[in-house]
Amino acid sequence: MSEPRVLVIGGGLAGLAATMRLAELGIGVDLVSLVPVKRSHSVCAQGGINSVNAMTRQQGDSEWKHFDDTVYGGDFLQHQPPVKEMTEWAPKIVDLLDRLGVPFNRTPEGHRDQRRFGGTLYKRTAFAGATTGQQLLYALDEQVRRWEVEGKVKKWEFWDFLEPVLDGSGRCRGAVCQDMVTMAFRTFAADATIIATGGCGLVYGRSTMSMVCTGSAASRAYQAGARYGNGEFIQVHPTAIPGADKLRLMSESARGEGGRVWVPRTPHDARDPRDIAEVDRYYFLEDRYPKYGNLVPRDIATREIFDICTTDGLSVEKDRLCVYLDLTHIPRETLDRKLGGILEIYEKFQGVDPRAVPMKIFPAVHYSMGGLWVDYQKNAAGGLEEGSPRNQQTNIPGLYAIGECDYQYHGANRLGANSLLSCIFSGLFCASGVVASAHGSRKLAAEESTNLFAAAMRRQESRHESLLARRVGTENPYQLHLELGNLMTRVATVVRRNEQLTAAYAEVCTLEDRWKRCALSDSGNWTNQNVVFTKALGDMFPIAKLILKGALEREECRGAHYKPALAMPGIAATDLAGQYHEAQEWCDRFEQNTKRWLKSTIASHGADGDPQIVFEDVDTSLLPPRPRLYGLIGGELIEEVWKERQKKAALNGSGSSAGTPQTAAVAGPSA
Amino acid sequence: MIRAVEPSAGPNSSAASASAQPVAQRLIRVRVLRQDAPGQESYWERHAVPYELNMNVISILQRIAANAKSQDGRPVAPVAWDCNCLEEVCGSCTMLVNGRTRMACTALVDKLMEDNPEEIELRPMSKFPVVRDLVVDRRRLFRSLERVEAWMPIDGSYDQGAGPRISPESQEDAYPLSTCISCGCCLEACPQFTKIELVRHEDETVADFEKRRRSAFDRGFIGAHAISQAMLFNSHPTGQLIADQRLQAITAQGGIQMCGNAQNCVAVCPKSIPLTRSIARAGRAATVWAIKKLFDR
Repeated sequence: MSEPRVLVIGGGLAGLAATMRLAELGIGVDLVSLVPVKRSHSVCAQGGINSVNAMTRQQGDSEWKHFDDTVYGGDFLQHQPPVKEMTEWAPKIVDLLDRLGVPFNRTPEGHRDQRRFGGTLYKRTAFAGATTGQQLLYALDEQVRRWEVEGKVKKWEFWDFLEPVLDGSGRCRGAVCQDMVTMAFRTFAADATIIATGGCGLVYGRSTMSMVCTGSAASRAYQAGARYGNGEFIQVHPTAIPGADKLRLMSESARGEGGRVWVPRTPHDARDPRDIAEVDRYYFLEDRYPKYGNLVPRDIATREIFDICTTDGLSVEKDRLCVYLDLTHIPRETLDRKLGGILEIYEKFQGVDPRAVPMKIFPAVHYSMGGLWVDYQKNAAGGLEEGSPRNQQTNIPGLYAIGECDYQYHGANRLGANSLLSCIFSGLFCASGVVASAHGSRKLAAEESTNLFAAAMRRQESRHESLLARRVGTENPYQLHLELGNLMTRVATVVRRNEQLTAAYAEVCTLEDRWKRCALSDSGNWTNQNVVFTKALGDMFPIAKLILKGALEREECRGAHYKPALAMPGIAATDLAGQYHEAQEWCDRFEQNTKRWLKSTIASHGADGDPQIVFEDVDTSLLPPRPRLYGLIGGELIEEVWKERQKKAALNGSGSSAGTPQTAAVAGPSA
Repeated sequence: MIRAVEPSAGPNSSAASASAQPVAQRLIRVRVLRQDAPGQESYWERHAVPYELNMNVISILQRIAANAKSQDGRPVAPVAWDCNCLEEVCGSCTMLVNGRTRMACTALVDKLMEDNPEEIELRPMSKFPVVRDLVVDRRRLFRSLERVEAWMPIDGSYDQGAGPRISPESQEDAYPLSTCISCGCCLEACPQFTKIELVRHEDETVADFEKRRRSAFDRGFIGAHAISQAMLFNSHPTGQLIADQRLQAITAQGGIQMCGNAQNCVAVCPKSIPLTRSIARAGRAATVWAIKKLFDR
């Protein structure tokens, strides 16, 4: 064997996009996945994929505006060059998907139809029914199958990635993986290794994510020395259907069509909701936000629903947090016409007709903005240098991360219909650099000393055997997972409070200790799902810790990260002078906060198992940070004052007062 | 099944029952057909799982995994099963629930109890080799997608502009076919699709065994899902460019001629894909193609 090979871990959109492009570039790929790649979590995405298109362009849209919306929506926490490159690639990517046969919805003339999504003024989103993610994944799956037939790709489905293999210089030379059917171990020599394993929703117990989204692969890379960025940024969707097994999304359009959110005024009122009189109902969103009512912005809706159940104790059910989302006042025909599809999902999984009985919903963990830290090489235009081996590379040379498991594109909050784009973009774009990296090493991984791989394999075998030997133990891994999920959901989702985060960190350490006393109910060596799960659970604790510690140390509110004590309320004064004064103060505080906190949280796995956190400056060279004011009282005035100040600063030649200095080095927070 | 006396009826009665004193714990009785590994004898095992609101078969299996004891309290190995998305879109969790092939995630316990309050019966699919318990090996299903070349024959992934214009009618026609989740329900229900389970000979290399298995798969019935995919790709302007190759594949050994028109496939498809329409179209296209081939000689 004298040709370099690449190992791709994970066969969702990102992993398949990378595999397809790598095969096309002539490199052999080993594709490892926990499930047949066609069954990856990407199938769950419903909404669509964003790109500037011929129509929006004529309405004034541009790649730059897509870039601006993405950065503004992410509260400026992402490095700007990769986002710029992604939005510039977006039209090409959607065209490619079109050529791959994705059945995008069509206009009467036969062009792709587009819809509008949150956070933009333009109809940028191409969609295929309500299953865009599924359709995109299938298109890439088909191309990879074609390459498999050609012999360029070898799939390893039902295989678990356990550990990256690093040589003496710290370069990644492949990985140890395990066959989940035969439980056999195997090492893969690889001249570059790409992790494309998605989010870490299972750290929160139940979420909208699939069962494979444990975060274990990213955690294993992190424990081997890869840095993890912005872990505390977890997107929570306001309305999901709580299930005994998972939480399923309920589209925002239910509220858009007039759905009303309420709870009984008596805690856990046992009556049929239809028998609860209007006076006994609390329409808390309408009451607290008379102007927006049930259509408050997504983060506010999420926070209020969460708070009414936890802080106010007004959850509909006692043992399970939920509120009513009521459509029963709307005529059946209207509902069927406008919301047919999503109401069928509720009916299918709940067995209850939401046209007749109010739905029970609750916010759910939905997306990990954070992930493995990755590098990039900036070009003269402010975008990325294609073909650079640095693009998407973790701090471990030869180890790459793409898709939801990298931290690169969404900052503090992800916009709808941008995730499918970032997955496919990072997969396609990184390939040429990965090829350069694979060709660039002094000798092929396959020619490396066998001792290197044997040692890593022995380590994993002994971990495995010691777990299997634990027939007697006091702890049940599934019970521990339940406790971890409940804890993380309680303290590290919608509302974060330092005392809770500190206590939770100690609790996670206790859970991790208890994990060491887990007893396995299956000690066999054939399709042992018990031991695979127990390993994944053990690797959730390091991720849980870095989420908690990141949240604790980040003393501000930004995007999905909200600490009530540090919120910046709108304007309270009623007189003009007072309002103007408050707006000036608001802008002062915003500037101070930007200087202090517009930084990525970068966690490294410490020798003691605790995350070591440093803060990295964000590259805001293309777009100076500005306040996100959506829904804030007095927001218009603050915006006016902000623009005035920016103009003045520009005249004084001092540039943006809020811009942070550009350094490549990882720096500590300026105190 | 023991039904607890619930203090108030109605859809929201669970909250009441949760706050009330536990009467008798309401249990769901489950009977699982288990098999420890390929080639081993299968056996029935009974479990009892406490009832919860909004349970599906997946949550029952999760509870069994968390507390792996048989109904009589004997510790057992947890039941193995396949699942991922739990939203009926990944195609993983196909099994026989009360004798019917379906996705376990949309098999709601309350509905199953209405049909049979005594017990829920879970069995692995019978047309695929059992790996363990409810996990089966469905590689043959994916091999069929290779047989019909279910992909767009594009030049490459570099930018070439948009794809062909497509009418809304064509999109609406194609979309249902493209929602196939490769679950295998249509194959399980098909009388013509029979199990192919091979055992590796002692003196056979892994590569030789895979070759032998592939050739056995390629002689077996290709199945409704693959025929439907062939029709999906043959209806697309780009996909059409290799339409003849797909017609060749679906008329070769194990092809559409094996279909006995039982129409079970369409009845069990969880995504309501018009499989029999695809088969009918494929039949017509194959006939036209065969005649054309005859005259082209």
